[in-house]
Amino acid sequence: MIKKEMIAMLLAGGQGSRLGVLTAKVAKPAVSFGGKYRIIDFPLSNCINSGVDTVGVLTQYQPLRLNTHIGIGIPWDLDRNVGGVTVLPPYEKSSNTEWYTGTANAIYQNIAYMDSFNPDYVLILSGDHIYKMDYEVMLDYHKSKGAEVTLAAMPVPLEEAKRFGILITDEDRRINEFEEKPENPRSNLASMGIYIFNWKTLKEALIANAQQPSLDFGKHVIPYCHQKGAPCYAYEYNGYWKDVGTLHSYWEANMELIDIVPEFNLYEEYWKIYTKCDKLPPQYISANSEIEKCIIGEGAQIYGKVYNSVIGCGVTIGEGTVVRDSIIMNDAEIGFGGNIQKAIIAESASVGDNVKIGCGEEADNDTAPHIYNHGLVCVGEKSVVPSGVTIGKNVVISGVTGPEDYENMQLASGKSLVKAGDEV
Amino acid sequence: MRAIGIILAGGNNHRMGELSRKRAISAMPIAGSYRSIDFALSNMTNSRVQKVGVFTQYNARSLNEHLSSSKWWDFGRKQGGLFVFTPTVTSENNSWYRGTADAIYQNLSFLKESHEPYVVIASGDCVYKMDYNKVLEYHIAKKADITVVCKDMDARENVDRYGTIKMNEDSRIEEFEEKPIVAKSNTISCGIYVIRRRQLIELIEKCAEEDLYDFVKDILIRYKNLKRIYGYKMTDYWKNIATVEDYFNTNMDFLKPDIRNYFFREYPDIYSKVDDLPPAKYNVGAKLKNCLISSGSIINGTVENSVIFKDVFVGNNCTIKNSVILNDVYIGDNTYIENCIVESHDTIRANSYLKGEDGIKVVVEQNDRFVI
Repeated sequence: MIKKEMIAMLLAGGQGSRLGVLTAKVAKPAVSFGGKYRIIDFPLSNCINSGVDTVGVLTQYQPLRLNTHIGIGIPWDLDRNVGGVTVLPPYEKSSNTEWYTGTANAIYQNIAYMDSFNPDYVLILSGDHIYKMDYEVMLDYHKSKGAEVTLAAMPVPLEEAKRFGILITDEDRRINEFEEKPENPRSNLASMGIYIFNWKTLKEALIANAQQPSLDFGKHVIPYCHQKGAPCYAYEYNGYWKDVGTLHSYWEANMELIDIVPEFNLYEEYWKIYTKCDKLPPQYISANSEIEKCIIGEGAQIYGKVYNSVIGCGVTIGEGTVVRDSIIMNDAEIGFGGNIQKAIIAESASVGDNVKIGCGEEADNDTAPHIYNHGLVCVGEKSVVPSGVTIGKNVVISGVTGPEDYENMQLASGKSLVKAGDEV
Repeated sequence: MRAIGIILAGGNNHRMGELSRKRAISAMPIAGSYRSIDFALSNMTNSRVQKVGVFTQYNARSLNEHLSSSKWWDFGRKQGGLFVFTPTVTSENNSWYRGTADAIYQNLSFLKESHEPYVVIASGDCVYKMDYNKVLEYHIAKKADITVVCKDMDARENVDRYGTIKMNEDSRIEEFEEKPIVAKSNTISCGIYVIRRRQLIELIEKCAEEDLYDFVKDILIRYKNLKRIYGYKMTDYWKNIATVEDYFNTNMDFLKPDIRNYFFREYPDIYSKVDDLPPAKYNVGAKLKNCLISSGSIINGTVENSVIFKDVFVGNNCTIKNSVILNDVYIGDNTYIENCIVESHDTIRANSYLKGEDGIKVVVEQNDRFVI
């Protein structure tokens, strides 16, 4: 008989539209992070390090990269005879076929998957946070409290509390009330989107609310359980936890990795973060290069000068190019003689020679100022930037661009240069 | 596939000195992220040889650990696979492998129970890329009994630790001398052979009957006039690492752009066990000139013309020049290292001064390390 005490369901179907061109072709959990990793590596590694060896990954938006990355789960040791990792896309049914319309709806559509493991507990995770957490400790807490639902929560500064779902608890951490993004928060305990349910409780709640449009955990399922009187508890977490939902927070979280002793330490002996990495060779640092405060991935070749930056695997940075405060993802190529300041250059992008990025005064982005801000320049996946151009701040570039796209070989601050159409 | 593979990885060599105290030569770390045997294993898998036996004997712990899973080289298959053969005591036999031929003899069932017509034999202590199929095609075209891969060495190079070969115009081997005192030729055997499986079984059994144990001396040299033994010249990069100097120079070769590109960027890839280490980290004060740095390392000091392996910590104000630092070495602050090979898992105390004065110095320092 198949029996797993706790299985995990990882929600990885979201677009993450606030990451702009970074998620134009890939789902947010598959966006690279910290040089060689992808965001989903963190919850997946947490699972295996916590002894959770059965993980269903719910995908919907642009799943190709995610699917190839996860494969059969070898990098995380999740290739198991029983359990392991399973990618769960939406599927056609004999009637009422629909996409995943909400977080809980996605789980509802996979009740059969969960049932097949006969679990006592189900752990709900999302694929867009950077943190290390032992879910086994959280489960022990769940059991010791006799809870039916446990929500991981962390204290946040009161002024920021209005961006989160806030939990109001008694001294025993039993939850009395929920407030979704409250104007005047009465507590600073914010829900992290990590839940443990008793499988019976969850299954009953999902079926009872099946007709609810856009069925959501925070809005519907957890309040439903609470109203029915199921004991809900908050599990306080005080470690590093970062939501990388916006370009600026994504950039910031990357930059935190290069501190002398980073708050989020990848170099600890235990609690390794695993990832699929095709590249093995060491990185080469040439005789004329300068490197300071960087992390650099496997197989990179650095001929230029790199400061305060996160460089992915297989990146080439040409001679004389200065890179500062930037994120350069796997396999991007930067020519020689350039100057790149505060840019995010996505995977396999190609930047020509003598390109200057991040010049001049800041100006609001003309198409999406809520996405492209803080002076960041974003170059999309597989984009091409021609040699010799000068680019301002708060700029987004996507697609294969040529010199004809740049007036006087310049792109002023705040401009968006997004070439439509498929790659040829 | 038409061939099975045998990798001879049992040897020790006193010329490696202290470096081989901990491990077989085939397990020596190479070029930052690899082990010596990865090259032969990757060549096998890239040549679509699916069934490979590795023969090990000397100090095999480190090698066995490296080979604990065969998936890195894609050998974990239903057809074929990776087999590691260490000497075992049986009712007929209670000795160690007395030589390369004896090693094969003691595991002859591996050959007998295969069905592939040919065998590729390689050694685990060489750094090269090769498509063994090309040798196999040559072997068939020449109607050879045994084909020996060989290479012309530089005229200045001392070849007295290799087997030297003289061939006729048809490339048939006329002379074969093992470790000659005065070499008559600069063509050496690379230790890579192609032979028909049944032919090999026959020769090995005959050897065993006569109490002979060595593949080169007792088969290649002894049979060279009786069997059609041919040489296949390889012209690409090939290095044997079995002396301290060659080991050092082979690692340093990877600092050259053409060699680095040939191994790291050109098809096909070399595979190795994946260690799941974080990216290398460079803190304020790091100065790097012409070096290879592997993942998991943290650099705070100056590194020039050196190869740094995985998980190395270089402290503040250190200077490392022209050296090879193996895996998981901790180097304390203000240390100076020049012309050295630093053995893996070493802990170098702060303020040390280590310099190879004439030639390369092998540093083995097992000080206590305090991990915070």
